[in-house]
Amino acid sequence: MPSDVEKWKSEVYGNDILDHLYEFAEEGWESIPGDEHDAWFERFKWWGLYHQRNGQESYFMMRIGTPNGVLKPGQTEVVADIAEEYATGPASNPEFGDSWVDWTTRQSIQLHWIKLEDVPEIFEKLDEVGLSTQQACGDSWRNIVGCPVAGKDKHEHVDALPVAMELHDAFKGNEEHTNLPRKWKVSVTGCREGCGQGDINDLAFEPATKEIDGEDVRGFNVRVGGGLARNEPRLAKNIDVFVTPDRAAEVAGGISALFREHGDREDRYNARIKFLMDEWGPEKFRRVLQEDFVDFELETAGEDLRDEYSYNSGYANGGHSDHVGVHEQKDGNYYVGLNVLVGRMGTDDTAELARVANEYGSGEIRVTQRQNVLITDVPEENLDALLEEDLLEHYSPDPHPFMRGSIACTGTEFCSLSIVETKNRQVRFARWLKENVELPEGVEDFHIHLSGCTASCAQPQIADVSLRGMKTRKDGEAVEALDIGLGGGLGENPQFADWVKQRVPVDEVPGAIENLLANFEERRNGDETFREFVERTDEETLAELVEPEETSYEDPMMHNTKMTWYPYADDDGMDASPAPTDREDKPLPADD
Amino acid sequence: MSVALRTLDDGAWISVNDTREVSVSELWRFPGGNFCSCDLSDVVVEGFVETGVDGRTVEVRAYGQCIACGAKATTDWLPVGRVVDGEFRDVDRESVLCPQVAPAATAAAHR
Ligand code: HEM
Ligand code: SF4
Ligand SMILES: [Zn+2]
Repeated sequence: MPSDVEKWKSEVYGNDILDHLYEFAEEGWESIPGDEHDAWFERFKWWGLYHQRNGQESYFMMRIGTPNGVLKPGQTEVVADIAEEYATGPASNPEFGDSWVDWTTRQSIQLHWIKLEDVPEIFEKLDEVGLSTQQACGDSWRNIVGCPVAGKDKHEHVDALPVAMELHDAFKGNEEHTNLPRKWKVSVTGCREGCGQGDINDLAFEPATKEIDGEDVRGFNVRVGGGLARNEPRLAKNIDVFVTPDRAAEVAGGISALFREHGDREDRYNARIKFLMDEWGPEKFRRVLQEDFVDFELETAGEDLRDEYSYNSGYANGGHSDHVGVHEQKDGNYYVGLNVLVGRMGTDDTAELARVANEYGSGEIRVTQRQNVLITDVPEENLDALLEEDLLEHYSPDPHPFMRGSIACTGTEFCSLSIVETKNRQVRFARWLKENVELPEGVEDFHIHLSGCTASCAQPQIADVSLRGMKTRKDGEAVEALDIGLGGGLGENPQFADWVKQRVPVDEVPGAIENLLANFEERRNGDETFREFVERTDEETLAELVEPEETSYEDPMMHNTKMTWYPYADDDGMDASPAPTDREDKPLPADD
Repeated sequence: MSVALRTLDDGAWISVNDTREVSVSELWRFPGGNFCSCDLSDVVVEGFVETGVDGRTVEVRAYGQCIACGAKATTDWLPVGRVVDGEFRDVDRESVLCPQVAPAATAAAHR
């Protein structure tokens, strides 16, 4: 029996949702029939709108897709304006104020507290500068990710940006590919450092060289079936295909069509292509692709560059593990990577970012998969003045390792799936660690990723310290807790973390990290990295080295933040929620 | 009266008549036995597997982990609420839940 979601999709999906969305926006929140909420909220995702969690009815998260993380000149200021005007809710956040922009791990943008009634206006403003929310969520081609400095990187193997943009143009709004069995995440990377993170995407194009007719041709090897969600993380599998940049779209279309035809529509838990890959294996996958979904003879895989990958790798092999800092581009200009702690930037700061980018660079901004932003195209003579800007004090190109290494997802603040508070907590963790814990000598990269649930939006399994939301009892009371994982990282031989210590009450987590680092320092061989140390240590020993402990760190959000209407409201009880509200955030009369 | 029952958000919520009513991450206590070797399992609910109605009782099977012994398993059918006059009412899930002996009558997996 097809799932409810498949039934809803078969009725209305894709571009057709828009007319309905506009009609509901026109007539207001209450015009959505009560017994069609689940169906419409599922469909709205296709247009980038995610209904927020319980207690926040009538408010939406809006995701804007920025292919390859590129915000063209003129776009960032519009995002800031929209956030300022529309992304405000009935309460404020103690760290981030009344409105902000979230830069995400898939190089997109998320805004919160959006009212349905405002959506047409917002879409119009986005459209004017060439931005869109189309397919930002839902069962289709999501935002295409890649190396954020594609086309500018001095050492890149191929410039993958035109390919990412071609895929974006070809598959956004393409009726043949708008209703897939599940989300479809694509990564296109041309650089040597692996910062497109292809391994954790459904479909990955990775830099490679292939000898064809006696000539070395640059292009991509293809991998399929990666993903982190649901306790079932998978690395994408090599399907032994090489493709040239000009044929990448054709092959991508074939693979997407294969997924459309063969993916599981009966069981959403089993629908991602990683499960089809489990069932078929790469050889059968390649055979079916060749026989039924592409019209030309596929090349076998070429020589890859995976042994050079450094991004999120935890190894010190000379490559970057992020894009923070000042780096020369191939045209002699510079890009300046700013650290955005947990990816959240106030709207004023976002407007300021746009101003600074216009003044010193080309006005372009790029978003990375570590929730950071880059100001690109800065001529050398502008660097000093740029580095003097106040904005860069807060969003530093040279941050403390604990600030630099922090990633956190949305969490109970807005997300229905979440078990714990995340972003603000990670800010508190990072500050406490910075003030209280010395990193072992020479350790400049230390990544801590916090996800509120097993969906793994913060990519916890590929960090030095992996944290994910859990619950436990402490002194008999239910409290928020985190599982602690170690050993994850990308690079040539990517590994997912082992969850070595489970259900650590949140107030004991900073102490656990402190003790872990002290134990690492004591046992460290020479200047090995933390990941290298973890790799040569067995799991049982690692579990002993974690040692959760209460410290001077105090957590104000130990209680069940999921049961609040908003964790930071003065009166946070569900009953105090103003939602659902009208366009002006005024409570709507109850309809019984 | 028919009740629209389904799991949403990848198994994170039970929706009853288009309203999210029961969520993962609650701690549920129930007599061990089938779930783990504890007398009283104390399970953090991580995902709903199936939901159904037995008469007026809304029941679920959930995947989770006992925080006392660490065992991971899927529960038997557990009552989580009742539908009275078309409205969902919680049962007290903080006290001990009683597993149903027989499988729910109109159980259906909604995914
Ligand atoms: C209300 C529901 C959800 C919200 C608000 C949400 C939010 C997000 C956000 C914010 C990101 C980017 C992470 C960041 O930078 O903060 C993200 C990425 C991601 N989401 Fe979600 N998400 C939701 C549901 C899901 C579900 C149901 C799944 C899996 C079945 C999922 C899997 C992922 C994964 C795996 C990533 C990032 C990793 C990757 O690049 O593949 N999310 N999501
Ligand atoms: S990891 Fe879970 S809690 Fe965090 S944003 Fe994703 S779905 Fe929500
Ligand atoms: Zn790169």
